[in-house]
Amino acid sequence: MTQDVENVVDHLNLFRSPEYKEMFADKRKNFEFAHPDDKIKETAEWTKSWEYRELNFQREALTVNPAKACQPLGAVFVAVGFEGTIPFVHGSQGCVAYYRSHFSRHFKEPSSCVSSSMTEDAAVFGGLNNMIDGLANTHAMYKPKMIAVSTTCMAEVIGDDLNGFISTAREKGSVPADFPVPFAHTPAFVGSHITGYDNALKGIVHYFWEGKERTPNEKINFIGGFDGYTVGNLREVKRIFDLMGVEYTILADNSDVWDTPADGEFRMYDGGTTLDDAKAAINAKATISMQEYCTEKTMAYIAGHGQETVAFNHPVGVAATDKFLMEVSRITGKPIPDALTKERGRLVDAIADSSAHIHGKKFAIYGDPDLCYGLAGFLMELGAEPVHVLSTNGGKAWEIKMQALFDSAPFGKNCHAYAGRDLWHMRSLLNTEPVDFLIGNTYGKYLERDTGTPLIRIGFPVFDRHHHHRYPVWGYQGTMNTLVWVLDKIFDEMDKNTIIPAKTDYSFDIIR
Amino acid sequence: MSLTVEETKVRNQELIAEVLKVYPDKTAKRRAKHLGTYEEGKPDCGVKSNIKSVPGVMTIRGCAYAGSKGVVWGPIKDMIHISHGPVGCGQYSWAARRNYYIGTTGIDSFVTMQFTSDFQEKDIVFGGDKKLEKIMDEIQVLFPLNKGITVQSECPIGLIGDDIEAVSKKKSKEYDGKTIVPVRCEGFRGVSQSLGHHIANDTIRDWVFDKGDKHPEFVGSPYDVAIIGDYNIGGDAWASRILLEEMGLRVIAQWSGDGSIAELENSPKAKLNVLHCYRSMNYISRHMEEKYGIPWVEYNFFGPSKIEASLREIASHFDDKIKEGAEKVIAKYRKMMDAVIEKYKPRLADKTVMLFVGGLRPRHVIGAYEDLGMNVVGTGYEFGHNDDYQRTTHYVKDGTLIYDDVTGYEFEKFVEKIQPDLVGSGIKEKYVFQKMGVPFRQMHSWDYSGPYHGYDGFAIFARDMDMAINNPVWGLTKAPWK
Repeated sequence: MTQDVENVVDHLNLFRSPEYKEMFADKRKNFEFAHPDDKIKETAEWTKSWEYRELNFQREALTVNPAKACQPLGAVFVAVGFEGTIPFVHGSQGCVAYYRSHFSRHFKEPSSCVSSSMTEDAAVFGGLNNMIDGLANTHAMYKPKMIAVSTTCMAEVIGDDLNGFISTAREKGSVPADFPVPFAHTPAFVGSHITGYDNALKGIVHYFWEGKERTPNEKINFIGGFDGYTVGNLREVKRIFDLMGVEYTILADNSDVWDTPADGEFRMYDGGTTLDDAKAAINAKATISMQEYCTEKTMAYIAGHGQETVAFNHPVGVAATDKFLMEVSRITGKPIPDALTKERGRLVDAIADSSAHIHGKKFAIYGDPDLCYGLAGFLMELGAEPVHVLSTNGGKAWEIKMQALFDSAPFGKNCHAYAGRDLWHMRSLLNTEPVDFLIGNTYGKYLERDTGTPLIRIGFPVFDRHHHHRYPVWGYQGTMNTLVWVLDKIFDEMDKNTIIPAKTDYSFDIIR
Repeated sequence: MSLTVEETKVRNQELIAEVLKVYPDKTAKRRAKHLGTYEEGKPDCGVKSNIKSVPGVMTIRGCAYAGSKGVVWGPIKDMIHISHGPVGCGQYSWAARRNYYIGTTGIDSFVTMQFTSDFQEKDIVFGGDKKLEKIMDEIQVLFPLNKGITVQSECPIGLIGDDIEAVSKKKSKEYDGKTIVPVRCEGFRGVSQSLGHHIANDTIRDWVFDKGDKHPEFVGSPYDVAIIGDYNIGGDAWASRILLEEMGLRVIAQWSGDGSIAELENSPKAKLNVLHCYRSMNYISRHMEEKYGIPWVEYNFFGPSKIEASLREIASHFDDKIKEGAEKVIAKYRKMMDAVIEKYKPRLADKTVMLFVGGLRPRHVIGAYEDLGMNVVGTGYEFGHNDDYQRTTHYVKDGTLIYDDVTGYEFEKFVEKIQPDLVGSGIKEKYVFQKMGVPFRQMHSWDYSGPYHGYDGFAIFARDMDMAINNPVWGLTKAPWK
C-alpha cells in the first residue's frame, strides 16, 4: 500500500500494511540476531511468576520505571505560582529543557524557566559568574517581578553557595538591591519533586517573612502542593472559599499561568500569588496544606511564626472533604453554607446511584504519597479495596499512615502500602495478585499493556489524555469528577468485555 | 505586500538590532554573533555556532546526556540504558522521543523503560561504583535477555570521580564479554546535546567495534547499506528503509531507531553508509570510512524533490541494477506525490514558515516545504556547528533570517514581527506561538504524527502542515465583540 491522497494514513495505520509488516519480519529474521520467539515467550511468562516477584522485590540498587521526579521540578512548579515570577535554575541547562518540556506536555501550556547554563569551566571554578550574568540577563529580558532560584544536582555536587552568589550578583548590579530573589537548594539526589516543592516554597516564604513582625489577621493561607490538577483544584478551592466568605491567600497559585487563553497574546506571566499577598501572608491566622508530605518543612517554618497549621493528605471523597471544610470553618469561624451542603448531598446521591458498580472492586494505586492516601480513602468510602498502594517517593511514615487507613475499615483488610517501590514492582504485584483497575499517571499504560489491568488516569504526568488538569479532584465537585472517571472506566470495561456478537453480548446492556 | 530580498535584509537587520536592545551590553555582543541574514554566495550563514549558551536567557538547548541517552544510544532496543545518577534526567526523557521499535518491552526490548540508579546523598558522598556493579547484577537476574548495557552518565558522575569504565570492564568480563558501554555524557560537558552525540559515537567505536566480529556467520551482499542517523521518530526509518529495499539495497543496520546491538556490530560490513542526521552521526561515519573503508553519503528523505535526488545519489554508488531500481522507485511513487502536491499545494502555496529545530531539520525539511510551494523565511539550529550552517546554504534563499541557539525572547519577537504562517519547532515553543495565534507544528516529535521521511511520510507531512495552517481555530482567537 502506498498512500492514498484522499485518505492519508499516519503511523497508526501505515505500518499495519502488509509491505511494512513483511519488512519488519525480514529485518528481525536477518539482521537483529534476536532471541528465538519461544525463549521470549517463556521469559515473559516467568516474569509474571511469584518467583520473579520475589527476585524483583530483592532489588537493592536498580530502579525501574519510578513514579517520581527530581527536586527542581517541584521548585519550578512553585515559582511560576507567584506574580511575575520566573524560575531560575542554577546548574546545567539541559535540566531546564526537561522541566519545561515535562510541564508543557502535561498542561499543554508554555512553561517559562531559565538556566544559568553551567558547563565544564563552571564545574571547576564554580558557577558564580553564571549566576551574575544569568540574573542580569533574565532581569533585563523577561522583566520579572521576582526571580526564584533553585539548583540542579550539578551545582549541589560542587557546592555552590546560593546565598553568597545572589548577594554578590546584587552587589554587581545584576538585579536592583531590593529585587526579590528567593532561593532554595534543591539537590536531585535527595527526596523527589515534592521535596523540591517544599524547599522552594519555604525559600520564598522565608524570603518575605524572615525577621518580620507578625500582626495576626483573620485570613488563612492555602497551599495546594505539587498537583497535576492544580488548574482545576485551585479554582475549585477559591470557589469554595468564596462561597464560605473566607478571606484567603493561595500560596503558589499557578492555576492561571498554566491555563492561559489563546487570544493572540502569549502571557509569560499570568495570575499568581501577588508579592504583596505573599508578604502579608505572615499575618494569617492559619495555613492549610492539602498535601502533608509535600509541605513538611514549609509548614514547620510557618508554625514557627505562630500560625496554626493544618495539613491534609490530598482529600478526595465525602468524609475527607467534610473534614477539610469543617477545619476551614473551625479556623475561620465561617459556617459551611447551604450551597456546599447541597453539593455534598448531590455527591452522596451520585455515590448511592453508582456504588453497586464499585463496591468490592479491587484497585491498585500509585503516585505521590498524599495523592495515594486521598484516593485510597475515597475508594474505601465507596466500598472498594485499594489492594496495592505504591508510592516511589513515600517513606516509612507514609506507609504507617496508609496502614492505619487500611485498618480503619473492612475494605482495607487485604491492602498493602509499598513505599519506595517502583512501577516494575507494581508489575509484579499486578501479575501475582491481580486487581480490577489500576489508578496512576500516563506511564501506567505500560502496566495496562503488560498485565491487562485497565488504567484510570489520575496523577502526574498525564501526557496522553488532554485537559483533565482543568478539572478539580478536590471538594465535593472534584470528588464527583473522580467518581465519574472511575465509573466511566468500569462501564467501558463492561462494554468491552461483552461486545462480541453471539458470544458475549448477552450482558451488553443498554441500562446500567 | 511581500518584501523584496533587499527590503527583507534591511528588515532583518532592524529586527536583530531591536531584539539585541533588550540585553545588557556584554550579552548583546555575544548574541549578535548568532543572529544574521543569509547572503547568497556566502559559504555559510554568517553566524557563529556551537558556543556556550548565555546564562539566564532561556536557551532551548539540552545537554550531552540528552544527546547520548536521548538520541544516539536510547533507541538501541535490545540493550538496557542506565540513566546513572539522580532520578530526574531519565524520568523527563522517559519514552518522550517516539523512537518506534518492535519488540517485547521488558523482556527483549527496553526502549520505553526508565532504568535509573536513582542516586541518593550517600551515593554522592561515597561514590556510585558499587551501586553500579550491583545494578548490573540485578539487571542480569531480572532482564536475562538483554543484549548489553550502557551507562549514561548524569552530571554528578564526572564530578564525584566515579570510575564507570572500570566497573564496565569488570562486569563485562564477569558476564562472558557482554557488551557494557560506559558513556561520559554528563550534562555539563560541552555546550549542548551535540557533544553527547559525539561522545556516544566514540563509545560505539571504542566499546562495540573494537571488541571484534561478534557475528562471523553473517553473510554479506554487494548491496549492503546501513542507515545512519535516523531515530525512527514516528517510524521515519521504516518509511526510509522500505524505499532503499525497493531499489534493491539490503539494509543491514538502522542507527539507531529500531536498532539492535547486532546491527551496530555488523555495520562495518556495509558497502555504503547512508547518513541522514549528519550532526549526530557524522563521527561514526567518518570513523567507518577511515578504519573500514566504507564510503558514506548524506541523503535527505523529506519531500519528493530531495528524495528523488537522494535516491539517485545513493544509487550512484552501486551498479546499474540499483540505478534502475532507484528509477523504478521514483516512477512508482511519482503519481502519488503528484496527487499529494496537487491537493495540498493550492492550500499552502506562498505560505511562510519559520523553523528552529535540532540536528538536520533546520535545513533538511526546507525542500519538503518548497515542494508544497511554501517558503522558509527563517531558520536556525539548537546545536548546529559551522558545517551545518555551510550545508544550509544549499537550502535557504537569499535574505533568510538565521538565528543560532535562539533565546525564548528572540524567537518570540522574530515571529511577532515577521508573522509567518507557520512555526516549526519544539514542545517548549509550541504553546507560546499557538497562544499568539500562529499555527505550529512540532518538528522534533512530528507533533505525535509521522513518519515524515520517505514518500509515505511526505503525504503525512503535507496533510499535517495543511491541518495546522488551515485550522479553523485560528479564526476564533479574537472575540467578535472585542
